[in-house]
Amino acid sequence: MNATATRATGPEAGGRAPRSGRRPAWEEPPTRVGLTAKGAILAIALLAILFPLWIVVVTSVSDARTIAETGGLVVWPRGVTLDAYRELLSGGEVSRAMVVSIGVTVVGTAFSMAVSVLAAYGLSRLGSLWHRPILFTLLATMFFGGAGIIPTYLLIQSLGLMNTYAALILPMAVNVFNILVLRAFFMNVGQEIIDSARIDGAGEFRILWRIVLPLSRAVLAVISLFYAVAYWGNWFAGFIYLTDQEKLPLQNVLQQIVIGNERPAGMAQVIGTGQIPSIAVQTAVMVLALLPVAVLSPFVQRHFKKGMLIGAIKG
Amino acid sequence: MAGDQRLAEPPVEAPPDASDAPPDAPAPGERRRGGTRLTHRLRRDGALILMTLPAVALLVVFAYIPIAGNVIAFQFYSPYAGDGFLDSMANSAWTGLENFERLLDDRDFWNAVRNTLVFSSLQLLFYFPVPIALALLINSVLHSKVRAWSQAVLYLPHFFSWVLVITVFQQMFGGAGLVAQLLRDWGLADSFDLMTDPGFFKWLITAQVMWKDAGWGIIVFLAALSTVNQELYESAAVDGAGRWRRMWHVTLPALRPVIALLLVLQVGNMLTVGGEQYLIQRTAVGPGAAEVLDTYVWHRGIEGGDFSYAAAIGIVKGVFSLLLVLTANRVAHAMGEQGVYARR
Repeated sequence: MNATATRATGPEAGGRAPRSGRRPAWEEPPTRVGLTAKGAILAIALLAILFPLWIVVVTSVSDARTIAETGGLVVWPRGVTLDAYRELLSGGEVSRAMVVSIGVTVVGTAFSMAVSVLAAYGLSRLGSLWHRPILFTLLATMFFGGAGIIPTYLLIQSLGLMNTYAALILPMAVNVFNILVLRAFFMNVGQEIIDSARIDGAGEFRILWRIVLPLSRAVLAVISLFYAVAYWGNWFAGFIYLTDQEKLPLQNVLQQIVIGNERPAGMAQVIGTGQIPSIAVQTAVMVLALLPVAVLSPFVQRHFKKGMLIGAIKG
Repeated sequence: MAGDQRLAEPPVEAPPDASDAPPDAPAPGERRRGGTRLTHRLRRDGALILMTLPAVALLVVFAYIPIAGNVIAFQFYSPYAGDGFLDSMANSAWTGLENFERLLDDRDFWNAVRNTLVFSSLQLLFYFPVPIALALLINSVLHSKVRAWSQAVLYLPHFFSWVLVITVFQQMFGGAGLVAQLLRDWGLADSFDLMTDPGFFKWLITAQVMWKDAGWGIIVFLAALSTVNQELYESAAVDGAGRWRRMWHVTLPALRPVIALLLVLQVGNMLTVGGEQYLIQRTAVGPGAAEVLDTYVWHRGIEGGDFSYAAAIGIVKGVFSLLLVLTANRVAHAMGEQGVYARR
């Protein structure tokens, strides 16, 4: 296993796709039953994911009459309207929660990436001074993971971070697993280029910024996505650390609106003929929560496997 | 490699450190050659050490201090005993093992233990094999476009938040969901709501885990499959092995180390079923059916203010998780696999 894992880790590895396009000569042609079964299973798996999302999107853009006729969720679009989105995004609770979530995600991801890239590069040279003890300090925390909801909470409280956005960022800013993935990539950047840059008088920060980072765009994209998704999707921190309703990020507001079945604060007064159905409001907030993720992750997808090879096999 | 670091170092870590060490790394013998050597190395590597400082500092504050803070489990901790967390800790009364003794008679605690074990066993049985099967299926698809698109769809739910996943299930299976709506339209049932049904909850959360992560889980197995030597398949085929025998004798042996590793980790995580997923649904289903160890820690500590008692629960959970990993790893070794750390 060691051999397979190390062989496959490098950015240059993995070019040899195991099954690329053509069936090898020795392989028997597929049976009709086998093909049908495979196609059916794959189709069911994909539908199980896509169908619910389709319903949510279609309902969020349906007008009040369509929703009244179907009695709730809409499978096939008829009267299409963007009223729910227009209402949600024109100020009010959900707009504000969107701003909070985007802010926390952008600031948090930038901060996490800066800290992680520096640490990963600092640990990428084997045999450098105190390399092992520092690496051990990082790795050891992986074995206590989650060992303290209570002490962490008390710490946040005594640092005066309750009800601040720092509480949504700082405790989760460093992910050791992500640092290990970055480090494995940095270690694969050719030592000769780095050595010649050093002979030319470049310092470590310069080497990192000018040589290593431009060569590691793929893994930077993957790890940024991982951090961004973690910040964007975090509900627990907002739930226990934030006490003001006005400060809550989107996930917490989404939970209140759909699971708690509450109407967004700013929308309560819109009563009467022009009212947007609750279900349209609910599904529209869901779409707002899934949109950034659904748009971004496919772009990074082709780099996943390379990035996860190291990480995943390491566990 | 130092023997005492075996557990902390993932197995992959070992060989590159040992073999790829650059020539300027000190040989084990010439470690200390006076202060000049240290100042020289400090001047050479000082920038590298500096770079790791922010991460180390954050981990000290937000990982090591909370880990040390678990000693409040042996105290009667009061947040008002001092000024801030550490000072209160220093000024709180020590109670020895009293908090742990209280656990023995706590029926809610044992209910949480039972729920946790039931949920994780179900996931081990029903969730764990799904990504392996899906990976074999995707791997056998020749058409590269079909494969890429299927993967894009299968990975997607992994990036959704738990709130989003649960709301999607709510719109499908909740009281006002699509299934309830259809049953009402067809006159089959007036009320249908799987989201608040305590008896069904264990299946509901297994389905949610599967929907969210089964697709993402295939990535590890696809990676392992891509390292299989293709000539093995060819020679097996030439020797007359059919499709299924090739899968049995070539593919599965290649996946065995990864399966063993993930099984050991999964067993080690049996007491950690994701907190958010349960906390969000705890009100709808009720603590009797939905309470797991992590939510019980939250309930007693943060909601109830009994910090020391909640920390004791956390420690018990941590100790038993460690024991589970060690036992599972033992079993893996006995079956000839490497597991999480190497055999002695």
